[in-house]
Amino acid sequence: MRIRLLVFAQYRDLLGRDEFDLEVPAGSTAAGALAYLRAQEPRMQQLPPLPALAVNRVYADAQKVLEEGDELALLPPVAGG
Amino acid sequence: MSTARTSWITRETIGAESVLPLVGGDEDGAVTLFLGVVRNHNDGRAVNGMHYDAYVDMAEDMLRAIVHEAAAQSGGRVAAVHRIGDLAIGAVSVAIAASTPHRAQSFDACRYVIEEIKKRLPVWKREHYIEGDAEWLDGHTPEASAR
Repeated sequence: MRIRLLVFAQYRDLLGRDEFDLEVPAGSTAAGALAYLRAQEPRMQQLPPLPALAVNRVYADAQKVLEEGDELALLPPVAGG
Repeated sequence: MSTARTSWITRETIGAESVLPLVGGDEDGAVTLFLGVVRNHNDGRAVNGMHYDAYVDMAEDMLRAIVHEAAAQSGGRVAAVHRIGDLAIGAVSVAIAASTPHRAQSFDACRYVIEEIKKRLPVWKREHYIEGDAEWLDGHTPEASAR
């Protein structure tokens, strides 16, 4: 299934861009999708093992099951204000 | 009921005037204002500017939730705006206003909003130093349950 991956701030710097359209195995959890992408894309290995993440603009647990078309975002520690 | 928005993310200049007109009523005896401002030093280094990045769609939702929580808890009116992009020293990065019948709730509401912004708003800042280098600042790892 296809998902959209968004990365921000220092993670974007590491990966060189902020948005990816990706194919991951159907039924993947967020953690599973990340592990799959890490194996496919060497640059992903520079990210921390399990960053904070959001699915469809809501903070989510790594065990959250993804669906076709979901927006998965990898979020560095936040520093607003 | 007013339909004016009371929370937003912007690339434009902000200040007290962005949020003060959105709070206050005849029943309110207190209005408090909090401004977050870019300062010229951090951790012993001279800073000459700050870049703010955000997951804008999510940050808009999250800031709206935080402002609603503060308004519900304080029983008053609350408004907040966070600026992103490149900010110079002295520029306002966040402006929060609250109005309530009594002062304690008004201070508490502003405090709540800025503390929750720091815990869970998906915003990041990159500090630019006078030597020409820049660094993303360490932040807070949000809980998966944060809403």
